[in-house]
Amino acid sequence: MGKQIITLTVNGEKHEVAAEPRELLVHTLRETLKLTGPHVGCETSHCGACTVDIDGKSVKSCTMFAAQADGAEITTIEGIATPDGMHVLQEMFREHHGLQCGFCTPGMITRAYRLLQENPNPTEEEVRFGIAGNLCRCTGYQNIVKAILAAAAELNASKEAAQ
Amino acid sequence: MIPSEFEYHRPGSIAAALAVLEEHGDDARVMAGGHSLIPMMKLRMADVPHLIDLQAITELKGIAVEGGTITIGAMTTQHELITSDELAAAAPIMREAALLIADPQVRYVGTIGGNVANGDPGNDMPGLMQCLDATFTLQGPDGTREVQARDFYEAAYMTDREDDEILTKISFAAPKGGQAYEKQKRKIGDYATAAAAVILEKVDGKVASASIAMTNLSDTPVFSADAGAALVGSDCGADAVSDAVSAMLGDIDPTEDNRGPVEFKKHVAGVILRRAIERAWSRA
Repeated sequence: MGKQIITLTVNGEKHEVAAEPRELLVHTLRETLKLTGPHVGCETSHCGACTVDIDGKSVKSCTMFAAQADGAEITTIEGIATPDGMHVLQEMFREHHGLQCGFCTPGMITRAYRLLQENPNPTEEEVRFGIAGNLCRCTGYQNIVKAILAAAAELNASKEAAQ
Repeated sequence: MIPSEFEYHRPGSIAAALAVLEEHGDDARVMAGGHSLIPMMKLRMADVPHLIDLQAITELKGIAVEGGTITIGAMTTQHELITSDELAAAAPIMREAALLIADPQVRYVGTIGGNVANGDPGNDMPGLMQCLDATFTLQGPDGTREVQARDFYEAAYMTDREDDEILTKISFAAPKGGQAYEKQKRKIGDYATAAAAVILEKVDGKVASASIAMTNLSDTPVFSADAGAALVGSDCGADAVSDAVSAMLGDIDPTEDNRGPVEFKKHVAGVILRRAIERAWSRA
């Protein structure tokens, strides 16, 4: 049960990494690829701090073996920013004080990124339901929800302006 | 938390998966989304020397609605159930229940097959499948066989599925009438303190047929034929609903845990069943 070679495309870059079958994806990302944005929080699939985007789905990377992701396309918080600077979600989290300690933030933003891809114009309730798999113990969620709603408005406005 | 060592298999067909199961016997286990199994492996409550990941088997995926029958491949995720407009039109209770399972991340990965085959009394789909009178298809070395959801569950994590079989698909007739899935949970992601699946058919203002099943109130899901029978022929008024609740309370067998003592669970079961009946009737 030695290591096997798996292929992961992470933030647009293809990697071949050696991993034991029992290695969790979050450890491959953090320890082999040095992408420390996905955080190891509860380790029991509850907190969402390890959330990454895999083939267009938000996934808790502590509850998936790296071997399961062999062949997948993965986006972590490190891949959310654009060459022009921070992603609108990141800007809005800063602007609206959507974080205090910051531990949950990479997972929150990565999850919110997928949420807005699927529902570009969510209500407050839909945002709250959509981030229900991500726990924050600082903010009481108020400013996180505000930040995501503001980012949605901003993204929609720039889409309209582009048309 | 790291599980103990195992060998990882990703077969591309049901036949190939069955071959790995046959080769390794008790040492092998199939995994659907893994969101029940992987946490158990991490806690070392499950030891799986040969893990068979079913993700590459395309014949296990998909939703089909044909001639009034709904067929769902075992590897269909909760997210796919929720986003299927065809399924929501044919059996709206499926979307209603799936939205109450776990959280968005888990629903992207967690599957209906894993949910029904795991035999965890906390899972929501087994009770719903009993309410819908669904049929499970199992495939093993000797071919395929069908089992009714109402006959499938034996005890917690014990089902009619043999170790060398894979649950491949689920099918049921598109339900007629009003449907409701009601669930009380302490927080998002928790299993039910009590949940109820109810389908009621209304003819001339009376209940023509009723199907009622309860979740997490025994070591298996509980299909309560008596609760349904208490409603049939009535106008679904207060007395009939109370009779249905009494009948249901006679069929469940909750145990005390961190969701509360037995009396509390029975109380919540009654409240939840009343709400589900009311909502199903309003939609009938």
